[in-house]
Amino acid sequence: MTPTPTKMTPATAWMLAVRDRRDRAAFAALFDEYAPKLKGFAMRGGSSATEAEEIVQEVMLTVWRKAAQFDPERAPVSAWIYHIARNRQIDVFRKERRPLPEDPGLPSTVDLDGGAVLAVEQEANALKEALARLNPDQREMIERAYLGELSHQEISSQTGLPLGTIKSRIRLGLERLRHELRELR
Amino acid sequence: MTEITHHAPDALLAAYAAGSLPQPFAIVVAAHISLCNDCRAACAAHEAAGGAVLETVGEEAVSDALRGRVLGLLDAPSVPEPQFERVGIFPGPVVEAMRGRPPRWTPLGMGIRQCILASGRQGSARLLSIPPGRAVPDHSHNGLELTLVLQGAFSDETGCFGVGDLELADQSLEHTPVADDGAECICLAATDAPLRFSSLIPSLLQPIFRI
Ligand SMILES: [Zn+2]
Repeated sequence: MTPTPTKMTPATAWMLAVRDRRDRAAFAALFDEYAPKLKGFAMRGGSSATEAEEIVQEVMLTVWRKAAQFDPERAPVSAWIYHIARNRQIDVFRKERRPLPEDPGLPSTVDLDGGAVLAVEQEANALKEALARLNPDQREMIERAYLGELSHQEISSQTGLPLGTIKSRIRLGLERLRHELRELR
Repeated sequence: MTEITHHAPDALLAAYAAGSLPQPFAIVVAAHISLCNDCRAACAAHEAAGGAVLETVGEEAVSDALRGRVLGLLDAPSVPEPQFERVGIFPGPVVEAMRGRPPRWTPLGMGIRQCILASGRQGSARLLSIPPGRAVPDHSHNGLELTLVLQGAFSDETGCFGVGDLELADQSLEHTPVADDGAECICLAATDAPLRFSSLIPSLLQPIFRI
């Protein structure tokens, strides 16, 4: 069983309980935390309330079923759920399966590196704060980019924009991930 | 394996992570990420940014019925999605696009062969096989062209591309890729508009070959 590092966010702890112990109470807590966010996200992206709830259902069930793939040393809970949400939204609306990279393999459930988990969470927090500090126009563009509303061309033509201030945060995360992945293969 | 030197640019990875790339391009990016840990990490970083947006974009209350339904479905049987592993030189996403079967090549002339993987209003993705030393005929693009090398190597005006390298070409680039000596060069290529070969096939025939 995974030793629980101190100071881990509740979301990460719930997700690990779901992954390692199939803990239903933890899943219900995750649902209460993320279902309203997912519904808001889908409706911001143009879905009706009914469609948005369908997406929430699909995404949360996928979170339960694919929990074994969650790796808190590499991705915060929010990023993992975002990834699933984009997949489901494409599957549902475009009626085609989104091409996904080869699976890098399941994370270990025995030796969790608490330091790495905290680093991932701190980064996620820093990203959120960087997002909050943007001026409203920049923020709107970032949101539209990650809601999938901007084409590749629109993203490339916004020099420095889609990532703007948060670019440096993404870079930092990148360096750490590169390091992690290098050790993996 | 040689070091990958030509990567997916940031905007392309952001668009892939956000799910806004047309299917043919998404196949190429997913295939490159399968071969490239740097771009896998960059994509994960974009997903972290997407996660930050998810956390902050605003909440909408969900119905009690939804909560009950989801919690009630946890034990419902579900069909696991098929997983596609690498087969020889072909990364998983390419194997998936080929539906798990080996490529069915169609000759294009001069020893060049292609295998269409996807074609539609969003553009097309294909495998191209070019004999050693042979040039891919002059062509220009209306939109964007992504080319990922799966076997061998090619060179053009902009550089040398080996296995795993990704080339982006747009309207501004008129290039003549030449396969290096040695093995046949096999590439995965995607365009969002028909390719126009100026010398190989009369343009009238292009719809027939779907290129
Ligand atoms: Zn790369």
